[in-house]
Amino acid sequence: MGHNDEYQKLEGKIFTKSFFILLFVVAVGFFFVGVRFVKGIGAVSNMSDGYPWGIWITYDVATGTAIACGGYAVAILVYIRNRMQYHPLIRSAILTSMFGYGLAGFSVMVDLGRPWNSYNFFIPSKWQANSAMFEVALCVMAYSTVLIIEFLPAILTTIETTKWEGMHKVRDWLHPRIAPNAQNLATGLEWVKLGASWLKPRLNKVLIFFIVLGITLPTMHQSSLGSLLLIASTKLHPLWHTGFLPLLFLINCVFIGYAIAILESIISCYSFKRPYEVEELSGLAALIPWVTVIWLSVVVGDLANRGQIGAALKLDFYSGFFLTEFFLVGIGSAILFSRKNRRSARWLFVSAAMIVLGGALYRFNVYLIGFNPGKGWRYFPSFAEVMITVGIVALEILGYKVFVKLFPVLPNAGKHNGSKPQTGGIEPLAQLQLEK
Amino acid sequence: MKNKSRRDFLKLFGLTGAGLLTGAGHAGANEGLRINNEELGMLYDATKCVGCKACMSACKRVNGDFGSLAYERAKFDPDGLWDAPEDLSGSTRTLIKLFKESEDRWSYVKYSCMHCQKPSCVSVCPVSAMTKDKVTGIVDYNKDTCIGCRYCQVACAFNIPKFQWDKSIPQIVKCDLCKNTNLREKGISACAEVCPVGAIKFGKRKDLLQEAKERIKESPVKYVPHIYGEHEAGGINHLYLASMPFKKLGLPEIKPEAPAEFSEKIQHTIYKGFIAPVALYSTLCFIAVKNMKNHDKSADHEKQKQEEEKR
Repeated sequence: MGHNDEYQKLEGKIFTKSFFILLFVVAVGFFFVGVRFVKGIGAVSNMSDGYPWGIWITYDVATGTAIACGGYAVAILVYIRNRMQYHPLIRSAILTSMFGYGLAGFSVMVDLGRPWNSYNFFIPSKWQANSAMFEVALCVMAYSTVLIIEFLPAILTTIETTKWEGMHKVRDWLHPRIAPNAQNLATGLEWVKLGASWLKPRLNKVLIFFIVLGITLPTMHQSSLGSLLLIASTKLHPLWHTGFLPLLFLINCVFIGYAIAILESIISCYSFKRPYEVEELSGLAALIPWVTVIWLSVVVGDLANRGQIGAALKLDFYSGFFLTEFFLVGIGSAILFSRKNRRSARWLFVSAAMIVLGGALYRFNVYLIGFNPGKGWRYFPSFAEVMITVGIVALEILGYKVFVKLFPVLPNAGKHNGSKPQTGGIEPLAQLQLEK
Repeated sequence: MKNKSRRDFLKLFGLTGAGLLTGAGHAGANEGLRINNEELGMLYDATKCVGCKACMSACKRVNGDFGSLAYERAKFDPDGLWDAPEDLSGSTRTLIKLFKESEDRWSYVKYSCMHCQKPSCVSVCPVSAMTKDKVTGIVDYNKDTCIGCRYCQVACAFNIPKFQWDKSIPQIVKCDLCKNTNLREKGISACAEVCPVGAIKFGKRKDLLQEAKERIKESPVKYVPHIYGEHEAGGINHLYLASMPFKKLGLPEIKPEAPAEFSEKIQHTIYKGFIAPVALYSTLCFIAVKNMKNHDKSADHEKQKQEEEKR
């Protein structure tokens, strides 16, 4: 894992025009977050006692973490299926996952009514192992930590080589009376550097065990995200309420992960005007249909087993959403069975987009659309509620854009006819477009 | 090589899938839930209720401070002269509603916590803020542990737990059988104490069941021949008698198997003794370390080759 020449920093200014546009969106979102904490959740959202979970849980947590499963899916491919040629993709996938999960955690803190009590997750006498939510919460916290550890090598490499120009500039700018002594600062920073170069080789030795932990944890909590709705047997429509929810959610996040990896690569190649990585992508794309075929068979087999095929073909409100989700995934994968289509960037894009949309719609169906608490309850997100989610996604993109310029994250473009990528953040951009 | 790795991949799926599949398969096979008839509960007889709402006002009078209950205004009442809750809410723990099918066919119905034998809210609460008392069977809520995730609201088949949406420091509100107030002082819940026509009977579940059966026996014409709550959702401690189908009164049809049992069986099978996650982790570690070693070897091999070529 010491292949540091595999990755490079993106050259370019941090404070670009798009930086400030994103910052504005983030500010709007955080304004509403402020309103929520002062006036209560009801002041900004349309959630009710019938629909206690709105888009913050459905999109930011249940769907957002699946879209952030790129890191998980690529790690399975590289380390378990032993396809080292995809190794250069992994750092940017992990960075996207890191922001995806970190901000899912943040939006949970916005969504929780009494977040100051969250410390109870760490008090064994309060543990409640029957609760799928308990499992999800601990796993997501652990996985976010693992993602940070997995990303540490990029940060340590930078610390090792940096000259601390920014830090010294800030010191010079400060009033001499409050500025730290130049000598002390220099020795302090030297210690940090030494620490980084001490830690790096040691971390590299054990990193593989964290990487595997980073594969185990999503396997656990992605299935538990499905288990969350097992208990709502009277509220969730029978098309979606099944004992197989955990299995379906797990498979679902794997194919979303691969499809997202394809989308990211195609969009970034398109905007950087680099040749498409058709060779790698077609290999990746050949995997997807096998995963989706398992998923679709479980869905159909389970419906037949519970005698719900008729409900699926009824062509009413629920059946409509079910069929849309089913055929988006089905047709998207059917396209990928053809070797010719797999070598065409256009078809790859179309099918990957269909699969991500279908997979995400499945999660919306389970969490919101197929959820009916009884007569008289309705839910559609309010403007402020949507803006909080958009603000959080914007923060995700913003963070990504800054990080790829500070740390060596993106694949070294030296191999790709020397063209220099202009901007980062294409991958989360793909996410944003998908969401809309 | 390609085929082999695909097999590995499928094996991996099999490993995680197997746990989940057996989970789904075993659900329903385990021993059923034993009902504890010594627990406390209430029997609401809709045919006796006159809709005076004395129970609602007594509930707020007694529990007002404790449950942070407040009077609710109606739209027609800007002066706040009436307490007019439309539904159970963050300010109202019990509620009387009128269902009117026609001029001479109608029924009142009372809503409040059912104090299930196997409560979904207790099963799903990640930090044990919802608890069920082992002796009294009272399902209680502790706001000092609650994180406000509202999973209890998603899980409750009766839509009982309510959240205070309009407060910056909100909490869940639900009936606790006056555990800390009237029950402690007078040994009876406030609503049952004040009911002027005896429509709410407070007592142990076994006595309530017997009473209900006798009432149906005495006047079979008056009642629907069913005690709502005897078997619903694994048995509930708030029982109902009525003259019309319970579904019309807003009480959902629920299978005898408690929803919490179904979900817990699957969750327990996957995480039994934490074996599956540990097995998954160690298998994956084995594969990944092997792959890394092979990779390093072949990398060394290439280096050697290159060096030889240079010579």
